[in-house]
Amino acid sequence: MEIYLDNAATTKTLPEVNDAMREVLEKGFGNPSSKHILGVNAEKYIKDATKTISKILKCNPNEIIYTSCATESNNTAVFGAALKRERFGKHIITTQIEHPSVKEAFIELEKRGFKVTFLPVDSKGRVDIDALKDALDDETTLVSVMIANNEIGTVQDIETIGNIIKDFNKDIIFHTDAVQAFGKIPIDIKAANIDLLSVSAHKLHGPKGIGFLYKKNGINIPPLLYGGGQQSGMRSGTEPVFLIYGMSVAIENAFKDNTSVIPVPKHMNDIYELREYFIKGLKSIENVSINGYEDTEQDREKYFLPNIISATFDGIRAEVLLHALEEKGIYVSSGSACSSNKPGLSSVIQAIGTEKERQDSNIRFSMDEFITKEDIDYVIKTLNEAVPFLRQFTRR
Amino acid sequence: MYKAFLIKYAEIGVKGNNKRVFEDALVNEVKRALKKVTGEFKVIRHEGRIYAQCLSDYDYDEVISALKKVFGIAWICPVVQIPVTDFDAIADAVTEHINTAYKHKDFTFKVESRRARKSFPLNSMEINIELGARVLDAFPELKVDVHNPDVLIQVEIRNQVNIYSESIPGQGGLPLGTAGRAMLLLSGGIDSPVAGYMISKRGVNISATYFHAPPYTSERAKQKVIDLAEEISEYTGPVTLNIVNFTDIQLEIYKKCPGDEMTIIMRRYMYRIAEELAKREGCLGLVTGESIGQVASQTMYGLNCTNAVCTLPVYRPLIAFDKQGIIDIAQQIGTYETSIEPFEDCCTIFVAKHPVTKPKLNVIENDEKKLEDTIDELIRQAIDTTEVVVCGE
Repeated sequence: MEIYLDNAATTKTLPEVNDAMREVLEKGFGNPSSKHILGVNAEKYIKDATKTISKILKCNPNEIIYTSCATESNNTAVFGAALKRERFGKHIITTQIEHPSVKEAFIELEKRGFKVTFLPVDSKGRVDIDALKDALDDETTLVSVMIANNEIGTVQDIETIGNIIKDFNKDIIFHTDAVQAFGKIPIDIKAANIDLLSVSAHKLHGPKGIGFLYKKNGINIPPLLYGGGQQSGMRSGTEPVFLIYGMSVAIENAFKDNTSVIPVPKHMNDIYELREYFIKGLKSIENVSINGYEDTEQDREKYFLPNIISATFDGIRAEVLLHALEEKGIYVSSGSACSSNKPGLSSVIQAIGTEKERQDSNIRFSMDEFITKEDIDYVIKTLNEAVPFLRQFTRR
Repeated sequence: MYKAFLIKYAEIGVKGNNKRVFEDALVNEVKRALKKVTGEFKVIRHEGRIYAQCLSDYDYDEVISALKKVFGIAWICPVVQIPVTDFDAIADAVTEHINTAYKHKDFTFKVESRRARKSFPLNSMEINIELGARVLDAFPELKVDVHNPDVLIQVEIRNQVNIYSESIPGQGGLPLGTAGRAMLLLSGGIDSPVAGYMISKRGVNISATYFHAPPYTSERAKQKVIDLAEEISEYTGPVTLNIVNFTDIQLEIYKKCPGDEMTIIMRRYMYRIAEELAKREGCLGLVTGESIGQVASQTMYGLNCTNAVCTLPVYRPLIAFDKQGIIDIAQQIGTYETSIEPFEDCCTIFVAKHPVTKPKLNVIENDEKKLEDTIDELIRQAIDTTEVVVCGE
């Protein structure tokens, strides 16, 4: 029995993605910058990939910049925007619950003399809109707010946020980290006035080592890397053709059979249903609570992701429960995988106001379309055995 | 380029009839160390000295770094070797050596020769004087200083001529395999790998025991200990690591014994199990990283209670060390970075907020009686299910 519930950390690549990548490695090994036919063939794979992605994101193909990962996309966006607009002002705004690849970039800019506002969130993890309105000033050049949080799955009211920013000053650059949201919920980049958006392939059954940054035409930012001038100079370095192509196959697959104007991920509603079922099971265990939104009256995709459940198990250290589940073939995460190898507690869990003694008791279950109700039944059954047992042994 | 490395030992020299045993062990250890280095080497003992001769190209830094990890070596001297012909040949080799080995020729020097082969026409005093003159002719900027030279050029006339001027300090200690085997209680912390290294430096081979407590400690914590065992094995040779599943014993102690005595009682069972495994492997003692007063269980009262369960001697090389002194050695042998990886070990998970610092042996023994019904079976299970990993082969 192996139940992988850590899909927000990374996912397994799909067989069709693997096949596509193998095909490129074998047939399209040329350097896309080479003038001969092998270069042209390689370039064609990239063009196809870009066409697929831009169609789903509803943007122009030249607005997609391939990067090595979400961290690179976020760093390119945050440093690029802040430094490009430095002469117009040195106030930049983000939230208290960003992924480290955004948060640490802001902290670095703060050290270099920028004024940074970290917007607070409410108990569900939603950005305080009034705090954003208060924070915007004449010096503001950049706002970065993630669409969906990686630890608790809360989705921001990104359209309202984008409109507030642009109503205040249309020259403020709006960046959003869409790593967890893309492929899970619909994203309307025009309605939300998004200028820059970061995506990583390995969160949606694509390969690791590849992501992209959407950069709206007309937004000028400098690159992080200088060199051969690939991708219109925005990202020098020979393109990893097989990874780019593999990512596009994964993305295409996530939005297969779409008929909506703003593409809706294929498995969204199925996974929402699993989430509801899962939460019902979790609530059958004593002293378990859900972080972020449990459910909403309507428009759930505007409030929370379908695939992430963050639960607090009172009186148990998360890591112990994680390993107890591991013994039964269930793989979950305590806090977020990106920060759990560092000592210290999750800043997201702190930001939503969790009491100190419960901050180290959070488990994140993150699903994909391959999880079944039977899997969930097994997880709940295992938890019903493990939780009461582990609660007997606490530090005294 | 140097054709050989002359390996000098210190303490072995004073051994009497056993000297041969120690020398053989050192030759073996040098061979073992050089096996990991790219290139072909021949290790020979000749006229009471050990030479590692280079039969192929090799990387100098790689060889020195390997030899610096061998216990029993006092000095490593890179040697230029030439056949014994006439004085001119020696003089040329010496000036050539100085020319290549020293970029800046602005030092003082002294020539010190030894003539083991008495058939050579000049005696050592004459060789010193004549060679000094030749060196000065070749490099007029150099100066002779017979009392306190920057560079001591040593020339030995034996079956071949050895020319060397650099002595790199080795580990010291005694070669592995000359002292018996000991069982190290290895945790994921800073101290125990250092303790293992230090005991091993006296020629002791090392086995190790690690107590694993899933799900309270993770697979990563176990991997960290395997990594540490690999790291010390660079010095200590292969380490047989016994991984004991300790969870059930810990939970049993938690359920039945007072919380503030948890750590002491737990450590007493760790010692018992380690001793049992030690005896099976023919070990002559236990080794721990304990240091007086470092934590609640390592007060002299605590040590008195844990020590009482053993019949084998318990070696504690760090007993009087300050933490910083231990950290310094850990950094020097390269275990520090691994040790500070933040994974919990089984000593800390159930630790009481206020553990006893002055436990009394009779009180502890009395409380342990509460475990009488079940503990022997749990110990047997733990020993039977021990996983063995050989690190550093």
